[in-house]
Amino acid sequence: MILLDRVTKVYGKNGAPSLDRVSLHVQPKEFVIVVGQSGAGKTTLLRLLTREERPTSGKIVVGGIDYDKLSDRDIPLLRRKIGTVFQDFKLLPNRTVYENVAFALELVGMGNREIRHTIPKVLDIVNLKGKERRMPMELSGGERQRVAIARAIVRQPKILIADEPTGNLDPKHAWDVIKVLERINRFGTTVLLTTHNQEIVNKLKRRVVTIQHGTIASDRAHADYKL
Amino acid sequence: MSRHTKIITLRRIIKAGTVNFGRNLSLAIAAMAVMVVTLTGVLLSVVAGAAFNHSISDLTSRIDISMYITDDASTTQVKNLVSALQDRDDVKSATYISKDEALAKASADDPDDESLQYFKMQGTSPLPASIRIQPVDPNNIQSIKSFLDEPQNAKLQDPSSGTSYSGTRKEAIDNITHATNLLVRIGIVAIVIFGFVSVLIIFNTIQMAIFNRRDELTIMRLLGASNSYIRGPFIVESALYGIIAAGISVLLIHSLFLLSSGALQASTLGLLDINYAATYFRSHFWVILLMQLGVGILIGAASSYVATKRYLKFKTK
Repeated sequence: MILLDRVTKVYGKNGAPSLDRVSLHVQPKEFVIVVGQSGAGKTTLLRLLTREERPTSGKIVVGGIDYDKLSDRDIPLLRRKIGTVFQDFKLLPNRTVYENVAFALELVGMGNREIRHTIPKVLDIVNLKGKERRMPMELSGGERQRVAIARAIVRQPKILIADEPTGNLDPKHAWDVIKVLERINRFGTTVLLTTHNQEIVNKLKRRVVTIQHGTIASDRAHADYKL
Repeated sequence: MSRHTKIITLRRIIKAGTVNFGRNLSLAIAAMAVMVVTLTGVLLSVVAGAAFNHSISDLTSRIDISMYITDDASTTQVKNLVSALQDRDDVKSATYISKDEALAKASADDPDDESLQYFKMQGTSPLPASIRIQPVDPNNIQSIKSFLDEPQNAKLQDPSSGTSYSGTRKEAIDNITHATNLLVRIGIVAIVIFGFVSVLIIFNTIQMAIFNRRDELTIMRLLGASNSYIRGPFIVESALYGIIAAGISVLLIHSLFLLSSGALQASTLGLLDINYAATYFRSHFWVILLMQLGVGILIGAASSYVATKRYLKFKTK
């Protein structure tokens, strides 16, 4: 589902590599946690997957799409196929919960009637039923992140990339978000989660990929993680 | 993308553009004010140009040649000359005015002239008969002049009055035409300058709007919005500036003609016949409105297209 083959990313001409010959293979329906300290290269890895960055060298294939053959015109189409959740939520501030989630569907040209039919189901999955008309400002951090997750999954992507989605949340809300991600994974979506949170990693008991100084330091199933 | 999906997307882009227009009203007012000035300038130039042309063509049509006939000329000779003139390609019309008709017209034009009234009562006309010739092209009367100067025609001319070629009047009209052409050129330059300023201001307005909403646009791009989906609402928004500004400019000129209709009735400002300008505006109202809408939409859409183009380039490093 996700394949990185000796991917290197260097910023600037003579800078140290943020990622250095990283190879990673994620199977369909897998739940993979990427851990590492700040600056280790986790976010660079995800930005390469969403094509916000181009690798300096190496090959990336996601969902059968070879990034080497991807033109700039195709980037929006790629992003519509991948669900993305960000640490800072990235909700549209002037739109309601409903409108934020609907936006993802509007981009693919879905009709209003179908949108009205789809959104309640998704808001139910993330436990936000009844909050359709709220503005992002009126929600707690955990609720905002669940709106972002609803927006990411509403198009039923095969892959969900979550970049430290619990980073700005207290433990209770963080755990709510992780439970939603687990639930989505049970429905068959491949989840790639980056986090700092040791407790979450240890409780989830999933494959853990540790990145240190731009390289994969370890890649283990059910590993315990220590900062 | 299917046709149905395209229609849905287009509808959403138009709706988003309209909503954004409402949200950026303060910026929009500044942009529209400049556009109103530009479009009003365009409209005034069009109407004034039409009025000038009308006045010039009216004056030009009055340029004629009057050949005064000697009393010795026979009716047959005069009739032959008139029909010869009428057959010429460069003559629009040739009309014979008898001595009596000349006196009747002169006394009607100047009823206070006692001597004319006296001759009228006497039934004798001191004025010579004439042939009034209207040339097809007032700028090219040389060939008619040559024809009239031919000996068999020249001998019919009244020796004291000869032939009048409206020479001084033509010279004055030429000067006016020249001045009007100059005015029209100055008007075009002024419109181009206003148009350029207008584009610059709208360009900056849209750039400010983009700057204010840069986070929102980044989110849209990360979620997979295409360039046209992001750019579309901005183009709709600035096209709306153009539509509203066009409406205001047409309304302004319309109100101006309504207000001035009483005060300036049948008046002229030099060559600018206000009545004709108002009539022209009313009779061409829909064409003018369409033209204004077209120019307004073009200025708005083009400037916002350029403003968004640079920002929306995908810069994956």
